Formats: sequence, C-alpha cells, structure tokens
Amino acid sequence: MLAVAGVLSTVVLAGAAAVDASNSTSGATPRSKLTVTAPAAPGGGWDLASREFQQALRGDSIVNNVQVVNVPGAGGTIGLGQFVEFGDDPTRLMMTGTVMEGAITVNKSRVNLENTTPIARLAEDYQVFIVPADSPYRTLQDFMAAWKKNPHSHAVGGGGLGGTDHLLAGLAAREAGIDPKEVNYISFAGGGEVLTALLSNTVEIGVSSYNDFRDQIEAGNLRALAVSADRPVPGIDTPTFIEQGVDVSLPNWRGLVAPPGISDAQRQELTDIVTEGTRTAEWEDALTRNKWVDSLLTGDEFADFIRQDQLRVNTIIEELGL
Amino acid sequence: MESLGNLGDGFLTILTPMNMLWVLVGALLGTAVGVLPGLGSAMAVALLLPVTFSLDPIGAFIMFAGVLFGGLFGDSTAGILMNTPGNSTAIAGSIEGHRMAKSGRAAQALATAAIGAFIGGILSSVLVVFFAPSLAELATLFGPAEYLALAVFAFVAISAVVSESVLRGLAALVIGLAIALVGVDGMSGAARFTGGLPELFDGINIVVITVGLLALGEVVAVAARRGTTEDLRVMPSTGRLWLSRREIRLAMPAWLRGTAIGVPFGIIPVGGSEVPTFLSYGTERRLGSRRADSMFGKGAIQGVAGPEAAGNATAGTAMGALLALGLPTSATAAVLLAAFRQYGLQPGPLLFERASDLVWALLASFFVAMTVLLVLNLPFAPLWAKLLKVPRHYLYSGITVFAMLGVYATSGKVLDLVLVLAIGLLGFAMRRYGLPVAPVLIGVILGPLAETEFRRAMAVSEGDPSVLVSSPITIILYLVLALGVTGLLVQRARNRRRARTPRAVSS
Repeated sequence: MLAVAGVLSTVVLAGAAAVDASNSTSGATPRSKLTVTAPAAPGGGWDLASREFQQALRGDSIVNNVQVVNVPGAGGTIGLGQFVEFGDDPTRLMMTGTVMEGAITVNKSRVNLENTTPIARLAEDYQVFIVPADSPYRTLQDFMAAWKKNPHSHAVGGGGLGGTDHLLAGLAAREAGIDPKEVNYISFAGGGEVLTALLSNTVEIGVSSYNDFRDQIEAGNLRALAVSADRPVPGIDTPTFIEQGVDVSLPNWRGLVAPPGISDAQRQELTDIVTEGTRTAEWEDALTRNKWVDSLLTGDEFADFIRQDQLRVNTIIEELGL
Repeated sequence: MESLGNLGDGFLTILTPMNMLWVLVGALLGTAVGVLPGLGSAMAVALLLPVTFSLDPIGAFIMFAGVLFGGLFGDSTAGILMNTPGNSTAIAGSIEGHRMAKSGRAAQALATAAIGAFIGGILSSVLVVFFAPSLAELATLFGPAEYLALAVFAFVAISAVVSESVLRGLAALVIGLAIALVGVDGMSGAARFTGGLPELFDGINIVVITVGLLALGEVVAVAARRGTTEDLRVMPSTGRLWLSRREIRLAMPAWLRGTAIGVPFGIIPVGGSEVPTFLSYGTERRLGSRRADSMFGKGAIQGVAGPEAAGNATAGTAMGALLALGLPTSATAAVLLAAFRQYGLQPGPLLFERASDLVWALLASFFVAMTVLLVLNLPFAPLWAKLLKVPRHYLYSGITVFAMLGVYATSGKVLDLVLVLAIGLLGFAMRRYGLPVAPVLIGVILGPLAETEFRRAMAVSEGDPSVLVSSPITIILYLVLALGVTGLLVQRARNRRRARTPRAVSS
C-alpha cells in the first residue's frame, strides 16, 4: 500500500515538474498553474487582494498551483506594461482597479486596460470625506458651502495625485460648482500621513479609504461626512454623497484581467475559475476581514464597465489639470 | 501600574515552548534577511504573511516581532564587516563600524552594534508600554512647517560634521540632492529627470543608491588599489569577544544618547530611522571631536553605538505609534498593519480595548525577541568577524553577487541593476577624488523630505512664508540651530587664531 502511494506521488511530482517545464509553451492550463501579477509592492492594496484570492483558489483546490508575483511601480503601470507582453498565455492574471485607471492617464502610459482581456471585477471599498472631531463642519453641506465660498483656503489632504482620493475630491468640487483645478489638494503617502495631517490641523478635511479610518471614526477622533459608495452600505453609518444631494460616487474597485491574446474558450475558463474562487469560504472570509464589498461582474459587462469608468476617470483627471 | 500587570499577563501568554520557537525562527530569519544587502525586514514580513496564515494571531505576531528586530540587529553586520549596510538604517553606523573592522576590531564593533540595538530597543519598548497613548499625542504637534524645521536642522547638524572639507561636503550633498530629484514630483505630478522611463517614475530606490555607492563603489576601489602602495590590508580581527572597560565607558553614553534621539522619531512619520541614525552619528562625532584622543575617522566605537541604539529606539516607538494610533511610520510598520488586518484587527485607538491580550503579548514578545537576539548575536560576533579572513578576491566577488541579488530581489527591475552599476562607478570616482560619500546619502534622504514639507507648508498657508516660524517647535529648532552654527563659527575662528599664533612666535 505504502509502495503504491510512493509510486503515485512520484508520478504526480514528475507530472508537476513536466507541467512546470512546459509552462512557456501552450501545455499548461489555468487549472494546473496560475500566476497572478500584483502590480504593487508587498503589503500594498493590490498585493493584499492578490494574496487573498490566491488563498481562495488554493483552499478549494480550484487551481493546483497559484503564485503571486509583485511588480511594483508607477501606480501599477509598470506591472501593466510587463503584463501585456505575456501575449496569449492563459495561465496569467493581473490584479487591477480604479487606481490603475488614474495612473494610466496621469503617467501617459503607452498601454492601457484595453490591451488586456477583462475577466472579473471582484470587490470594492469606499473613500470618505473626514474631519477632526473638533472641526466646525458637522455635515457635508457645512463644508461644501464654506468650500464654495473660497475653494483655495481649504486644504484637502489625501493620497497620491491621480489616485482615488484625488479623483473624489475633484468630483465633489465639480458638484459644488468649483473648478477642480482650484482645489488646494495636498497629497500624502497613505492614510497614516493623512491622519496626522488632520489631527495636527494641517489640512481641514481628509479624503481616504473608509477602512483606514474606521476605528478612528468609531472612537470619535474623526467625523466622517460622506462616503463614496453609490448606494448605502450595510455596516457603514456614514451617509453617501448621493444621499446628501451631491451626485458623486466613486467605488474603489479591484478586479482581474488576463493577457490580450487569449482565445474565447480560455477566457471562459478563466472566468469560471475566478467565479468559483469568489464562491469559496476563504474569499467570503477575506471580504469580511478586509471590509470589502462583493461586486462580482464578469464578461462583456465588466469590459463595458472598464471602458466607461476609464472615460470618467480621464475626464476628471483632465479637469484636475494633471 | 496597570500596564505592568497587563505586561505580566502578556509574558505568561507567550512563554510557551511553541511561542518561543516562533520567536527563535523569526529572529534567525530576520537576521538572515537583515544581513543581505537590500532585503529589509519589511519584505521579510510581507513574504511571511501567507505562511503565517495557518498560525494563531499570537504566534504569528511573535514571529513578526522576531523578524522585525532581527532585521535591525542583522543589517549592521554586513555594513560593519564589508561596508555594505543591509538596510538604509545601518548606513550611519557602518561609517565608523567598517573602519573599526578594517583596524582589526570587527568583533568589538559587532558587539557594540548588538548591545546598542538591544539597549535602544528595550528602552523604547519600556516607553511604549507605559506611555503609548501620550506618545501618540506628539504626532499631532507636527505639521509641514515643523517637519521642514526638523529637516533643515538635520541637514546642517549632520553636514557640518561628516566632512572635513566644507566644499567637498557640499559638492557631495548636491550630488545626493540631484539623485533624489529623479521621479514623479508628488505635489504637481510632473516627471523630473526620468527620460520618459516609467521605471524611474517612483524615483531611484534608496537601496540601489546605498548598495551602489557603498558596496560596489568599495569593491571597485579595492580592486583598483590592488598591488599598489595604497593596497590597504584588512587587519585580522583579534577575536576578543568582550568589550574592554574603556570601550564600554566610551560606548555607554553614546548608546543612551542614541536612544534619546531615536525615541521621538518613531512617532513622527519622517521616513523611518535614517534621520535619527544620522543625527546620532553627527552628535557623537561632534562630541568626539572635543576629545584629544578622538578616534573618528579611524573607527570610533561611539560612532557605532549611537546610531545603532537610535535605529532600534525608533523601531520600538514606531511600533507604539502603530498600535496606539494606527499610524505606520515605517515600511515595516506598514506591512505589519496589513498583517493586523489579515487577522481582522485594526490598530488604532480601539485596539487596546478590543484585543488587549494580543497587544500585551506582542509587547512582551518585543522584550523576549530582543533578549533572544542579543544572546544569539553576541557569541556570533567573533564568528562573523572571521568572514574577513576569506581571501579578498573571493570576499569582494561574493559581496558583488549578494549586492546585485539584493537589488534585484527588491524591485525585480533590470534597470535597477544598470543603475546600481552606474552609481557604483560614481562611488568609485568619488573615492578616487576624495569626495565623502555620506553627504550624498544625506541629500537623498533629507532632500525630498525638506522639499515636500516646504511645499506642503506653502500650499496650506497659500504662499504665506510666516507659517514656517509660526509654532514654538519651529522657533526652538531654528534658535538651537542658529546658536549651534554661531558656536561652530566662533570655535573655528578661535582655532584659526590659535593655529596662527605659534607660527608668529616661531618666525
């Protein structure tokens, strides 16, 4: 019995090695081996999403061997530039999202998401407008009124230029009747720095991921004025912009794309794999832990979504004068 | 005293054989990663994240504490032995440390670094245990104007002491500032000196610059001097394990001063431990120059003790800031923040209430990890020092391989390999023509900080420069700076007069 097991495992190992060796040719299938490019440094947002999805695919043995490769830099456009070179390799996926759409336009990247094959949008989270607890602004209307009167005297703190925080500030300014170029936007390296800038009264208002500040809001150190979701989110007490009469929504979505040259059958196979991955207990658990909201969208609907979202992002970036 | 009781509970939680094993694994792994040039503990923790998924949170965080402090203990080892600091936090300590190693005192330099790391880490952890919430308040006092004042202060305080010749020092500083300009400007989004290459949009990684200037520059310089009269032999280490009483007397105040400098920097986000380590180096060098028997330039033990203690003290309070405020003030802290989220925990004001058993276990594991690391590192110091007995052509080709490997592992970009070679040649040219290398690194670290904070301050104040001196902190910093510079000028003038007088007598 033992000998049989030994022989079997040897065969399996040899088989796996053969698959590995033939990776560069068309021999490998997405079910045997899948490599996910995280176009960010270890610990970044896309890295986290990629590794969580890796766990989901591994957990239920949907794919035998899932690897995550980090290609950081330039808002993910370095990773994108490398990824489109994979041509017709059906064993590759890349994590992407709103931030990359901004970076493509701001960095004038020579490739964009049109050069990839969209597979699925997975999940989204939201940005908030926040003020310190002792701020005179109690509601979004309070701030918008003051902002409109003298846009430049209200410093707005948030993440990198052309990122979701900056885009949201621009969209809100436009709704308030302010030229987005007039926004006195101060960019910081991440939510932690935005938080100190708020607490030291460097900036009057901050824009950042709701999840970064969830505890600070609950502890009463910060007050959230509005959240960027398009409809009220269960578990988030803060009203949306739309609910408060400001027609702005900007979910920060994350999704997977495949290389440009794959066949329709391969695209369907990858879509099936990803859809199965989102149905695992591991992925459910990841959504809960990271406070992501499930927003699965596949096929041509996802492709249309990217096209429209990219256009919207381009417009606002142009208005922001980047 | 409630903190003490909680900490006691924390020790009870973690002092199990299994958890001790995790500490040990983390410490060894962290040391290994720290020794390799370019690989920092941030990366080690990030790569470990998926592995620790199957552990319970306490076991995982104890292991992370081991990795974090292991990296900080280990990064000075390569810097001292081969002038290839494993991480930018070890640059300042390597300046004198490598000179000590060259003069046959490698084991003592390594021991000084290990004890310094221990003292800095332990003292800052004690502060975190008792004052975490009030330490966090400090962060709210610092706005862009205060950061700018701090950067200017550090610029002058450090530059004034690292170079004998003011002109050469300034030239090197300008090289550093120029390198730091490469990349997309964070305030306007304009690409500067990138040549249109997207790979350069994020600037040139500090790892590339450090490894190129220090490690490769040194390798080429050594190779170029082979067989000439300048061919400096590295003296064999004496292998003496313990520091002499005289050495301890020199190092002890430096350890404590370094800790005092490092502690506040952990809370304010000014780019990790580089600034405090250099400030501590500057302080020690200034104080050392007052002594008749100053060893600076030839391997001063204070030059190792101060920066190492400062680096670890910063890391200790950075963890405090992460736990109490949810503020990641260093790359490693940012990765640990992600680790907390993996377990559904959000560091911040509510963490102490929601997961107090975990927090106190983590704090207790700091103490355990550092004790384990000291016990591991001290006996290994003479063993590490034996590495210098490897024939130099093997040793330096080994350094080159590991340096390039480290650079490639950090980013995975071929361009970085080209850059590191180019910067290595620059480092060689600077050595050849007697330009100091340290001011380049100071320019690279402080330049962007000063620029960004200045522009942020001006943006917030809508162009009103009075904001730069609008708070007590800024005024005090500039006053101290003015006093220091005046004192230095008076001293120089007096020295010059003194130097002139005897000549007048003899003629």
